[in-house]
Amino acid sequence: MMAMDEAVRQPGAAPVVLRLDRLRKEYRPGLPVLKDITLDFDKSGVTAIIGPSGTGKSTLIRCVNRLVDPTSGSIWFEGADIAQVRGSALRAVRRRIGMVFQEYNLVERLTVMENILTGRLGYVPLWRAYLRRFAEQDIARAFELLESVGLGADFANRRADKLSGGQRQRVGIARAIMQSPALVLADEPTSSLDPKTSVEIMELLADISAKQSIPVIVNIHNVELAKRYARRIVGMTGGNVVYDGKPDGLTAQHLSEIYGGEEWQ
Amino acid sequence: MTTRGDPKIWLRFTPAERIGRSMVYIIAAIAVVWSARTIEIIPEFLYDAPQQTADLFQRMWPFDIKYWPFVWKTLVETFHIATLGTILAIMMALPLAFLAARNFTSNAMLRWTAQFIFVSSRSVNSLIWALLFVAIFGPGAVAGVLSIAVRSIGFVGKLFGEALEEAQAGPIEALTATGASKPAILIKGYWPQTEPAFWSIALLRWDINIRESAVLGLVGAGGIGVALDAALNNLYWDQVGLILATILAVVVITEIVTSSIRSRII
Amino acid sequence: MTASAAPNAPSNMAAAAFPPNWPKRFAWAALTIYAVYAISVLDIDFERIVRGMDNARRLFARMFPPNLQADKLALIRDGMIESIQIAILATFVGVALSMPIGLAAARNLSPVGLAWAARGLIAILRSFHPVIVAILFVKAVGFGVLAGILALVVSTIGFVSKLFAEVVEEISAKQVEAVRATGAGFGHVLMFGVFPQVMARFVGLAVYQLDSNLRNSTMVGIVGGGGIGAPLFTAYQRFDYDVVLTILLIIIGIIMLMEVVSSRVRQIFQ
Repeated sequence: MMAMDEAVRQPGAAPVVLRLDRLRKEYRPGLPVLKDITLDFDKSGVTAIIGPSGTGKSTLIRCVNRLVDPTSGSIWFEGADIAQVRGSALRAVRRRIGMVFQEYNLVERLTVMENILTGRLGYVPLWRAYLRRFAEQDIARAFELLESVGLGADFANRRADKLSGGQRQRVGIARAIMQSPALVLADEPTSSLDPKTSVEIMELLADISAKQSIPVIVNIHNVELAKRYARRIVGMTGGNVVYDGKPDGLTAQHLSEIYGGEEWQ
Repeated sequence: MTTRGDPKIWLRFTPAERIGRSMVYIIAAIAVVWSARTIEIIPEFLYDAPQQTADLFQRMWPFDIKYWPFVWKTLVETFHIATLGTILAIMMALPLAFLAARNFTSNAMLRWTAQFIFVSSRSVNSLIWALLFVAIFGPGAVAGVLSIAVRSIGFVGKLFGEALEEAQAGPIEALTATGASKPAILIKGYWPQTEPAFWSIALLRWDINIRESAVLGLVGAGGIGVALDAALNNLYWDQVGLILATILAVVVITEIVTSSIRSRII
Repeated sequence: MTASAAPNAPSNMAAAAFPPNWPKRFAWAALTIYAVYAISVLDIDFERIVRGMDNARRLFARMFPPNLQADKLALIRDGMIESIQIAILATFVGVALSMPIGLAAARNLSPVGLAWAARGLIAILRSFHPVIVAILFVKAVGFGVLAGILALVVSTIGFVSKLFAEVVEEISAKQVEAVRATGAGFGHVLMFGVFPQVMARFVGLAVYQLDSNLRNSTMVGIVGGGGIGAPLFTAYQRFDYDVVLTILLIIIGIIMLMEVVSSRVRQIFQ
């Protein structure tokens, strides 16, 4: 049932950055949304998780940085099981994982610059954060990122609520990268955008992933985009992984298994 | 602000914004320091405050139940004062609100007059209004009703006027285009749009007025404050306790009633 | 409580097709009947109003012209300054305390137990009119400004923290989640995820409360809480209505000035 691509999972091919081991999540007891998911993610490129809505893609991604607490199973990240960590240990883990959201989730009343610098909050004492006294190298890096996500320094002092959707998502990506993460999660980053902007955002994610060699796990509804930009595709349905392999291996048959009768375009 | 050439400099606010905010902070700080330094607080009074407070509560309990019939009578009067006062205020405030609303009244002088009445009404506390009305009508509930009414005009009028200004022009223009008369526009155009706001404002003010009318009796304007004043003057703290407990109960009930009505109509 | 309970019918029905709405008509009728009943119970009659008009004429005759004697003005100035100081201190202390209490009362940020405790505290603080609270504080800490300040601190907390909690409950959880996802601690999340969303409204509440405290600080003096209330009440009891008028005009003037200032401050923090 599960189409495995050995090239992806070959030991030693690339070190594993994230390993999910029998990860299970039940919002209501007895009704698992994730049914003992086991997956390894290696250190490079974009991995796309596809599947119909309500199938646990978002829950899966949110379990990784523990915005959602898994019911059982383990999450191995940077040499430790983080499935149960709390408090400062959890915050330390989250600092190492950037996240890009479907609705950008920028703090609307803050400027672009403040939103990007939010990525450094885990490293900055409270009073400095309050006075907006971020380290010079942080600010310099934020400007670089602003450039590299295609916005430019003029945007620094614009308020987030004045931006278009595509611009906001660019800021959202810059914020995630600002954390200098070991892993970036993107939860439906293109679902609120028009088709053209969606392509641009996926291209940006793939580009940054390659240039900064940060692995990106992206939930995405749009199979075409997934095939075009991901190096590996994980197909989920009903809380199970039903496909895991290269985009070329994804056949119409797989898709109908993933999406059932549902329209997937 | 920032330029491409010197990317390290990044400030949260423009200089003008910074100056504006700093000014507010500085003035606020000066005001607080000035107030704190010139105000005389007698320390001796503070030392026995805990004792006095404990004493206060000891004297309040047990309540003087024999006082209840009078408390009940004044409580009912309080209720009437608050409710009648609110009704009267609404009757006076509604026409004024239309005068104050920019989209309904084009004459600036009229608008300004209405605004002036609102501000005057709100600036003077209901207790002070009560003083004036007691001087005019003598002690009793009449003064209470009027002071509640006059004090509430500004509140109801201002908020309802704002609600009117937020009314969408579309339906009103459509009515005007059909050649509808001004009263018809008012009833079919403005009222349906502003009715929820109207009830919410009326309820909110009624809720406030229940609390306010509880103290009017201190200056002779009727209600439960009369009972409180008598008890305070005689230093009958067990009666004071009973009255305070009664007011507390009424306030809680009012809050429950208004919030349940609000959730049903809004 | 029947009267104000009027319409539980949909309010946009007039726009629909104007069908007669019987519950609503019934409510209006009940309201009218109640008003007539209450007027009769309260002994409000025409004769009394007429007599009152006569008194009013005499009252206004004694009010004008306002008393502008130097000694009276000096007294009024001192009382007014004291009232302003009471208002400023009460606002400062009350608003400072309202921030943590309001956050604690916000059910989306605070643990359930703490939220209910904070809500209970706010409900108690809100139930009494500032003048009644002032009476209790006068007993506890003696006559003077301190009692007035404490009374207004109580009402400030009751108002500001209640509304602040509501504002905090309305914030977008997504923005907060995003800041939390960066690994920021609770304080940082508050500062970057929560405060930016609520600060403008909080400043608005604080400024509004300063207005409101200024109004109330003119009253606490009536029960011994300091400020302009005491001279006002004395002048009133002595029938010095010209002094009363002077004081009232000054109060109105200062409060109007405050409204201008507060709208400016709100703009700055927009």
